Amino acid sequence: MPAYEIEIILNRQLADCLSIPVFITDRKGNLIYYNEPAEEILGRRYEDTGEMPVESWATIFKPLDEDGNPLPPDGLPLVKTLKDCYPYHRSFWIESLKGKKEKISVTSYPILGRNSKFLGAVAIFWQSKDE
Amino acid sequence: MKINIRGVRGSIPTSGPEVKHYGGNTSCAEVTAEGWKLVLDGGSGIRNLKWAEGLEQKRIDILLTHLHMDHIQGLGFFSPLFDPAMEIHIWGPSSSTHTLHERLSLYLSPPLFPVHIRDLPCKLKLHEIGNSKFEIGPFKIRSGYIIHPGPTVGYRINHDSFVFTYIPDHEPALGVSGILKDRRWVSGIDLATEADVLLHDAQYSPEEYSIKTGWGHSSMDDAVLFASMAEVKRLLMAHHDPAHSDEILDHMLLEVKERSNASFSYELAAEGMEILLPA
Repeated sequence: MPAYEIEIILNRQLADCLSIPVFITDRKGNLIYYNEPAEEILGRRYEDTGEMPVESWATIFKPLDEDGNPLPPDGLPLVKTLKDCYPYHRSFWIESLKGKKEKISVTSYPILGRNSKFLGAVAIFWQSKDE
Repeated sequence: MKINIRGVRGSIPTSGPEVKHYGGNTSCAEVTAEGWKLVLDGGSGIRNLKWAEGLEQKRIDILLTHLHMDHIQGLGFFSPLFDPAMEIHIWGPSSSTHTLHERLSLYLSPPLFPVHIRDLPCKLKLHEIGNSKFEIGPFKIRSGYIIHPGPTVGYRINHDSFVFTYIPDHEPALGVSGILKDRRWVSGIDLATEADVLLHDAQYSPEEYSIKTGWGHSSMDDAVLFASMAEVKRLLMAHHDPAHSDEILDHMLLEVKERSNASFSYELAAEGMEILLPA
Protein backbone atom coordinates (compact mmCIF):
# COMPACT_ATOMS: atom_id res chain seq x y z
CA MET A 1 0.00 0.00 0.00
CA PRO A 2 1.29 3.48 -0.79
CA ALA A 3 2.42 5.75 2.02
CA TYR A 4 0.21 8.56 3.25
CA GLU A 5 0.85 12.11 2.18
CA ILE A 6 3.26 13.93 4.48
CA GLU A 7 0.52 16.27 5.67
CA ILE A 8 -1.26 13.23 7.13
CA ILE A 9 1.98 11.80 8.53
CA LEU A 10 2.85 15.09 10.21
CA ASN A 11 -0.63 15.32 11.75
CA ARG A 12 -0.13 11.88 13.26
CA GLN A 13 3.29 12.81 14.60
CA LEU A 14 1.77 15.94 16.16
CA ALA A 15 -1.11 13.91 17.65
CA ASP A 16 1.44 11.59 19.22
CA CYS A 17 2.84 14.54 21.16
CA LEU A 18 -0.49 15.83 22.49
CA SER A 19 -2.33 15.01 25.68
CA ILE A 20 -5.74 15.69 24.11
CA PRO A 21 -7.64 13.05 22.13
CA VAL A 22 -7.07 13.32 18.39
CA PHE A 23 -8.73 11.31 15.64
CA ILE A 24 -7.44 11.41 12.05
CA THR A 25 -9.51 10.22 9.11
CA ASP A 26 -8.97 9.88 5.42
CA ARG A 27 -11.12 11.68 2.86
CA LYS A 28 -13.95 9.18 3.28
CA GLY A 29 -14.01 9.28 7.07
CA ASN A 30 -12.20 6.01 7.68
CA LEU A 31 -10.29 6.30 10.94
CA ILE A 32 -6.65 5.98 10.02
CA TYR A 33 -5.12 7.01 13.34
CA TYR A 34 -6.02 7.91 16.91
CA ASN A 35 -3.64 8.79 19.70
CA GLU A 36 -3.41 7.39 23.24
CA PRO A 37 -5.81 9.90 24.86
CA ALA A 38 -8.31 9.04 22.11
CA GLU A 39 -7.94 5.35 22.94
CA GLU A 40 -9.51 6.07 26.32
CA ILE A 41 -12.58 7.58 24.68
CA LEU A 42 -12.85 4.88 22.06
CA GLY A 43 -12.18 2.08 24.52
CA ARG A 44 -9.87 0.44 22.04
CA ARG A 45 -6.19 0.56 21.26
CA TYR A 46 -4.81 1.62 17.90
CA GLU A 47 -2.25 -1.13 18.23
CA ASP A 48 -5.11 -3.64 18.33
CA THR A 49 -7.56 -2.20 15.84
CA GLY A 50 -5.33 -0.49 13.30
CA GLU A 51 -7.40 1.52 10.89
CA MET A 52 -11.18 1.36 11.21
CA PRO A 53 -13.70 1.80 8.41
CA VAL A 54 -16.13 4.66 8.87
CA GLU A 55 -19.09 2.32 9.46
CA SER A 56 -17.47 0.59 12.42
CA TRP A 57 -15.99 3.52 14.33
CA ALA A 58 -18.75 6.07 13.74
CA THR A 59 -21.28 3.91 15.61
CA ILE A 60 -19.15 3.68 18.76
CA PHE A 61 -20.09 7.20 19.79
CA LYS A 62 -23.67 7.94 20.69
CA PRO A 63 -23.89 11.72 20.41
CA LEU A 64 -26.82 13.24 22.29
CA ASP A 65 -28.29 16.71 22.64
CA GLU A 66 -28.86 18.28 26.05
CA ASP A 67 -32.23 16.54 26.37
CA GLY A 68 -30.68 13.17 25.70
CA ASN A 69 -32.02 12.85 22.18
CA PRO A 70 -29.71 11.28 19.57
CA LEU A 71 -27.97 13.81 17.35
CA PRO A 72 -28.12 13.19 13.61
CA PRO A 73 -24.67 12.56 12.09
CA ASP A 74 -25.03 15.55 9.80
CA GLY A 75 -24.84 17.85 12.83
CA LEU A 76 -21.47 16.58 14.02
CA PRO A 77 -18.34 18.65 13.33
CA LEU A 78 -16.28 15.90 11.72
CA VAL A 79 -19.10 14.81 9.43
CA LYS A 80 -19.57 18.41 8.33
CA THR A 81 -15.83 18.85 7.74
CA LEU A 82 -15.71 15.72 5.62
CA LYS A 83 -18.64 17.00 3.62
CA ASP A 84 -17.51 20.54 2.82
CA CYS A 85 -13.83 20.80 3.93
CA TYR A 86 -14.41 23.57 6.48
CA PRO A 87 -13.58 23.55 10.21
CA TYR A 88 -16.35 23.19 12.78
CA HIS A 89 -16.77 23.21 16.53
CA ARG A 90 -19.66 22.04 18.67
CA SER A 91 -20.39 20.92 22.22
CA PHE A 92 -22.66 17.94 22.85
CA TRP A 93 -23.02 14.90 25.07
CA ILE A 94 -21.76 11.40 24.53
CA GLU A 95 -22.42 8.28 26.50
CA SER A 96 -19.20 7.12 28.09
CA LEU A 97 -18.07 3.52 28.11
CA LYS A 98 -19.38 3.28 31.67
CA GLY A 99 -22.81 4.45 30.53
CA LYS A 100 -22.39 7.93 31.97
CA LYS A 101 -23.32 11.04 29.99
CA GLU A 102 -20.35 13.35 29.42
CA LYS A 103 -20.38 16.78 27.87
CA ILE A 104 -17.60 17.24 25.33
CA SER A 105 -16.58 19.76 22.71
CA VAL A 106 -15.28 18.68 19.33
CA THR A 107 -13.19 20.73 16.96
CA SER A 108 -12.68 19.39 13.48
CA TYR A 109 -10.55 20.70 10.67
CA PRO A 110 -9.76 19.58 7.15
CA ILE A 111 -6.24 18.62 6.15
CA LEU A 112 -5.77 20.71 3.06
CA GLY A 113 -2.38 19.97 1.59
CA ARG A 114 -0.38 21.94 -0.89
CA ASN A 115 -2.48 23.14 -3.81
CA SER A 116 -5.43 22.97 -1.38
CA LYS A 117 -5.86 19.26 -1.98
CA PHE A 118 -8.23 17.72 0.56
CA LEU A 119 -6.46 14.77 2.15
CA GLY A 120 -8.47 13.97 5.26
CA ALA A 121 -9.74 15.46 8.50
CA VAL A 122 -8.86 15.73 12.17
CA ALA A 123 -11.22 15.77 15.14
CA ILE A 124 -10.00 16.95 18.52
CA PHE A 125 -12.11 16.14 21.57
CA TRP A 126 -12.05 18.55 24.50
CA GLN A 127 -13.50 18.13 27.91
CA SER A 128 -16.26 20.72 27.94
CA LYS A 129 -15.38 23.88 29.84
CA ASP A 130 -18.54 23.99 31.95
CA GLU A 131 -18.24 20.34 32.89
CA MET B 1 22.36 5.68 -16.75
CA LYS B 2 25.48 7.35 -15.37
CA ILE B 3 25.38 9.15 -12.03
CA ASN B 4 28.07 11.66 -11.12
CA ILE B 5 28.11 13.06 -7.62
CA ARG B 6 29.17 16.72 -7.72
CA GLY B 7 28.43 18.01 -4.23
CA VAL B 8 27.59 16.28 -0.97
CA ARG B 9 28.08 18.91 1.71
CA GLY B 10 25.10 20.28 3.59
CA SER B 11 24.29 23.83 4.57
CA ILE B 12 27.34 25.75 3.35
CA PRO B 13 30.35 25.08 1.11
CA THR B 14 33.34 24.00 3.14
CA SER B 15 36.97 24.01 2.12
CA GLY B 16 40.27 22.83 3.51
CA PRO B 17 42.43 19.74 3.59
CA GLU B 18 40.23 18.21 6.32
CA VAL B 19 37.31 17.81 3.88
CA LYS B 20 39.34 16.94 0.82
CA HIS B 21 38.21 13.32 0.56
CA TYR B 22 34.41 13.70 0.73
CA GLY B 23 34.38 17.22 -0.65
CA GLY B 24 33.09 20.58 0.45
CA ASN B 25 30.66 21.57 -2.30
CA THR B 26 26.95 21.65 -1.57
CA SER B 27 24.30 19.41 -3.12
CA CYS B 28 24.49 18.52 -6.78
CA ALA B 29 24.38 15.32 -8.82
CA GLU B 30 24.38 14.69 -12.54
CA VAL B 31 22.50 11.92 -14.31
CA THR B 32 23.21 11.17 -17.96
CA ALA B 33 21.69 8.71 -20.41
CA GLU B 34 21.18 8.55 -24.17
CA GLY B 35 22.52 12.06 -24.70
CA TRP B 36 20.18 13.61 -22.12
CA LYS B 37 21.31 15.20 -18.87
CA LEU B 38 19.58 15.83 -15.56
CA VAL B 39 21.15 18.01 -12.91
CA LEU B 40 19.86 17.33 -9.42
CA ASP B 41 20.02 20.48 -7.31
CA GLY B 42 22.10 23.56 -7.97
CA GLY B 43 24.40 23.73 -4.98
CA SER B 44 27.99 24.86 -5.38
CA GLY B 45 28.84 21.41 -6.74
CA ILE B 46 27.17 22.41 -10.00
CA ARG B 47 30.42 24.18 -10.90
CA ASN B 48 32.13 20.77 -11.06
CA LEU B 49 29.64 19.53 -13.58
CA LYS B 50 30.95 18.55 -17.00
CA TRP B 51 27.81 19.82 -18.57
CA ALA B 52 28.74 19.27 -22.19
CA GLU B 53 30.00 15.73 -21.61
CA GLY B 54 27.62 13.13 -23.00
CA LEU B 55 25.11 15.80 -23.97
CA GLU B 56 23.59 15.45 -27.41
CA GLN B 57 20.75 17.91 -26.88
CA LYS B 58 20.89 21.66 -26.48
CA ARG B 59 18.84 21.08 -23.38
CA ILE B 60 19.60 20.51 -19.70
CA ASP B 61 17.01 19.84 -17.00
CA ILE B 62 17.74 21.01 -13.47
CA LEU B 63 15.62 19.30 -10.84
CA LEU B 64 15.58 21.20 -7.56
CA THR B 65 14.53 19.40 -4.41
CA HIS B 66 13.87 22.72 -2.66
CA LEU B 67 15.08 26.27 -2.59
CA HIS B 68 17.31 26.44 0.47
CA MET B 69 20.52 28.26 -0.38
CA ASP B 70 22.77 25.21 -0.34
CA HIS B 71 20.67 23.76 -3.17
CA ILE B 72 20.52 26.82 -5.45
CA GLN B 73 23.61 28.87 -4.71
CA GLY B 74 25.50 27.43 -7.69
CA LEU B 75 22.82 28.28 -10.25
CA GLY B 76 24.19 31.73 -10.95
CA PHE B 77 27.53 30.16 -11.85
CA PHE B 78 26.20 27.49 -14.20
CA SER B 79 27.47 28.62 -17.59
CA PRO B 80 24.70 27.07 -19.79
CA LEU B 81 22.29 29.59 -18.21
CA PHE B 82 24.26 32.30 -19.99
CA ASP B 83 24.30 30.56 -23.38
CA PRO B 84 21.51 31.72 -25.73
CA ALA B 85 21.69 28.43 -27.61
CA MET B 86 20.80 26.39 -24.54
CA GLU B 87 17.35 25.39 -23.40
CA ILE B 88 17.29 25.07 -19.61
CA HIS B 89 14.35 23.60 -17.77
CA ILE B 90 14.21 24.12 -14.02
CA TRP B 91 11.83 21.89 -12.08
CA GLY B 92 11.03 22.67 -8.46
CA PRO B 93 8.41 22.13 -5.77
CA SER B 94 5.34 24.30 -5.91
CA SER B 95 4.39 26.35 -2.90
CA SER B 96 0.99 27.47 -1.64
CA THR B 97 1.99 31.11 -1.79
CA HIS B 98 4.67 32.07 -4.32
CA THR B 99 5.52 30.84 -7.79
CA LEU B 100 8.81 29.09 -8.50
CA HIS B 101 9.86 32.12 -10.52
CA GLU B 102 9.16 34.47 -7.61
CA ARG B 103 11.08 32.31 -5.15
CA LEU B 104 14.08 31.75 -7.45
CA SER B 105 14.26 35.44 -8.27
CA LEU B 106 14.76 36.22 -4.59
CA TYR B 107 18.26 34.90 -5.12
CA LEU B 108 18.76 35.53 -8.84
CA SER B 109 18.37 39.29 -8.65
CA PRO B 110 20.13 42.23 -6.95
CA PRO B 111 21.22 42.73 -4.26
CA LEU B 112 22.11 39.03 -3.84
CA PHE B 113 23.09 38.45 -7.48
CA PRO B 114 23.94 40.92 -10.25
CA VAL B 115 21.81 39.32 -12.97
CA HIS B 116 18.02 39.12 -12.92
CA ILE B 117 16.56 35.73 -13.71
CA ARG B 118 14.53 37.34 -16.51
CA ASP B 119 17.77 38.56 -18.13
CA LEU B 120 19.41 35.14 -18.36
CA PRO B 121 20.27 34.61 -22.05
CA CYS B 122 19.31 30.93 -22.23
CA LYS B 123 15.82 29.72 -23.12
CA LEU B 124 14.54 29.21 -19.60
CA LYS B 125 11.45 27.23 -18.72
CA LEU B 126 10.23 26.70 -15.19
CA HIS B 127 8.06 23.78 -14.08
CA GLU B 128 6.26 23.56 -10.75
CA ILE B 129 5.84 20.04 -9.42
CA GLY B 130 4.61 18.28 -6.31
CA ASN B 131 3.50 14.67 -6.08
CA SER B 132 4.05 14.37 -9.82
CA LYS B 133 5.02 12.01 -12.61
CA PHE B 134 6.74 13.29 -15.72
CA GLU B 135 9.16 12.26 -18.43
CA ILE B 136 12.33 13.95 -19.62
CA GLY B 137 13.85 12.28 -22.69
CA PRO B 138 14.52 8.67 -21.70
CA PHE B 139 13.92 9.28 -17.98
CA LYS B 140 10.66 8.50 -16.19
CA ILE B 141 10.55 10.62 -13.05
CA ARG B 142 8.41 10.70 -9.95
CA SER B 143 8.59 13.51 -7.44
CA GLY B 144 6.97 13.56 -4.03
CA TYR B 145 6.79 15.95 -1.12
CA ILE B 146 8.88 14.85 1.85
CA ILE B 147 9.44 16.08 5.38
CA HIS B 148 11.82 19.05 5.38
CA PRO B 149 11.09 22.68 6.26
CA GLY B 150 9.41 24.46 3.33
CA PRO B 151 8.17 22.81 0.14
CA THR B 152 10.63 20.00 -0.58
CA VAL B 153 10.48 17.02 -2.89
CA GLY B 154 12.52 13.90 -3.48
CA TYR B 155 13.01 12.35 -6.93
CA ARG B 156 12.77 8.80 -8.20
CA ILE B 157 14.49 8.58 -11.56
CA ASN B 158 13.89 5.56 -13.70
CA HIS B 159 15.90 4.69 -16.78
CA ASP B 160 15.28 1.33 -18.43
CA SER B 161 14.65 -0.84 -15.40
CA PHE B 162 17.08 0.99 -13.11
CA VAL B 163 16.17 3.42 -10.37
CA PHE B 164 18.13 6.22 -8.76
CA THR B 165 16.38 7.97 -5.87
CA TYR B 166 17.61 11.35 -4.72
CA ILE B 167 16.51 12.65 -1.30
CA PRO B 168 19.39 14.76 0.02
CA ASP B 169 17.38 16.67 2.67
CA HIS B 170 14.86 14.65 4.64
CA GLU B 171 13.74 14.03 8.19
CA PRO B 172 11.55 10.91 8.16
CA ALA B 173 12.13 10.43 11.89
CA LEU B 174 10.41 13.66 12.90
CA GLY B 175 8.08 12.93 15.81
CA VAL B 176 8.23 11.36 19.24
CA SER B 177 8.54 7.79 17.97
CA GLY B 178 11.14 8.26 15.25
CA ILE B 179 10.62 6.36 12.00
CA LEU B 180 7.41 4.36 12.37
CA LYS B 181 7.48 0.66 11.57
CA ASP B 182 4.45 0.79 9.29
CA ARG B 183 5.84 2.01 5.97
CA ARG B 184 2.59 3.76 5.06
CA TRP B 185 3.50 6.30 7.74
CA VAL B 186 7.03 6.95 6.50
CA SER B 187 7.69 10.07 4.43
CA GLY B 188 9.41 9.43 1.11
CA ILE B 189 9.34 5.65 1.30
CA ASP B 190 7.49 5.18 -2.00
CA LEU B 191 10.15 7.17 -3.81
CA ALA B 192 12.91 4.95 -2.48
CA THR B 193 11.31 1.52 -2.66
CA GLU B 194 13.71 -1.03 -4.16
CA ALA B 195 15.90 1.66 -5.68
CA ASP B 196 19.20 0.49 -7.14
CA VAL B 197 20.85 3.54 -5.61
CA LEU B 198 19.44 5.86 -2.97
CA LEU B 199 21.22 9.09 -2.09
CA HIS B 200 19.81 10.18 1.26
CA ASP B 201 20.37 12.74 3.98
CA ALA B 202 22.59 11.45 6.80
CA GLN B 203 23.91 14.65 8.33
CA TYR B 204 24.03 13.81 12.00
CA SER B 205 25.14 11.34 14.60
CA PRO B 206 22.25 10.16 16.82
CA GLU B 207 23.47 12.53 19.56
CA GLU B 208 23.51 15.50 17.20
CA TYR B 209 20.06 14.60 15.88
CA SER B 210 18.62 14.57 19.38
CA ILE B 211 19.40 18.27 19.77
CA LYS B 212 18.62 19.21 16.16
CA THR B 213 15.29 17.46 15.76
CA GLY B 214 13.03 19.44 13.46
CA TRP B 215 15.87 20.97 11.46
CA GLY B 216 14.91 18.76 8.55
CA HIS B 217 17.77 16.26 8.48
CA SER B 218 18.53 12.68 9.43
CA SER B 219 21.02 10.81 11.50
CA MET B 220 23.16 8.21 9.74
CA ASP B 221 21.33 5.52 11.68
CA ASP B 222 17.95 6.78 10.47
CA ALA B 223 19.23 6.90 6.90
CA VAL B 224 20.24 3.24 7.16
CA LEU B 225 16.89 2.32 8.74
CA PHE B 226 14.97 4.22 6.05
CA ALA B 227 16.98 2.53 3.29
CA SER B 228 16.45 -0.83 4.91
CA MET B 229 12.68 -0.33 5.08
CA ALA B 230 12.70 0.78 1.44
CA GLU B 231 14.74 -2.33 0.52
CA VAL B 232 17.23 -0.38 -1.55
CA LYS B 233 20.27 -2.09 -3.03
CA ARG B 234 22.79 0.64 -2.29
CA LEU B 235 22.70 3.69 -0.06
CA LEU B 236 24.85 6.78 -0.46
CA MET B 237 24.77 8.89 2.70
CA ALA B 238 25.02 12.58 1.97
CA HIS B 239 24.44 16.16 3.13
CA HIS B 240 27.52 15.96 5.31
CA ASP B 241 27.58 18.49 8.11
CA PRO B 242 30.03 21.35 7.41
CA ALA B 243 31.53 20.76 10.86
CA HIS B 244 32.38 17.14 10.03
CA SER B 245 35.87 16.55 8.68
CA ASP B 246 36.76 13.45 6.67
CA GLU B 247 38.12 11.93 9.84
CA ILE B 248 34.92 12.56 11.78
CA LEU B 249 32.79 11.20 8.94
CA ASP B 250 34.86 8.02 8.74
CA HIS B 251 34.52 7.58 12.48
CA MET B 252 30.75 8.14 12.35
CA LEU B 253 30.40 5.58 9.58
CA LEU B 254 32.43 3.06 11.54
CA GLU B 255 30.14 3.50 14.53
CA VAL B 256 27.03 3.04 12.40
CA LYS B 257 28.45 -0.16 10.95
CA GLU B 258 29.07 -1.44 14.48
CA ARG B 259 25.46 -0.74 15.46
CA SER B 260 23.74 -1.82 12.26
CA ASN B 261 23.25 -5.24 10.75
CA ALA B 262 21.93 -3.93 7.44
CA SER B 263 22.47 -6.39 4.64
CA PHE B 264 22.71 -3.89 1.78
CA SER B 265 25.67 -1.80 0.74
CA TYR B 266 25.99 1.65 2.26
CA GLU B 267 28.72 4.23 2.23
CA LEU B 268 29.37 7.94 2.45
CA ALA B 269 28.75 9.87 -0.74
CA ALA B 270 31.81 11.72 -1.99
CA GLU B 271 32.35 14.39 -4.58
CA GLY B 272 33.62 12.83 -7.80
CA MET B 273 31.89 9.48 -7.38
CA GLU B 274 30.70 7.93 -10.62
CA ILE B 275 28.12 5.17 -10.67
CA LEU B 276 26.94 3.25 -13.70
CA LEU B 277 23.58 1.51 -13.79
CA PRO B 278 23.82 -1.27 -14.75
CA ALA B 279 27.27 -1.54 -13.21
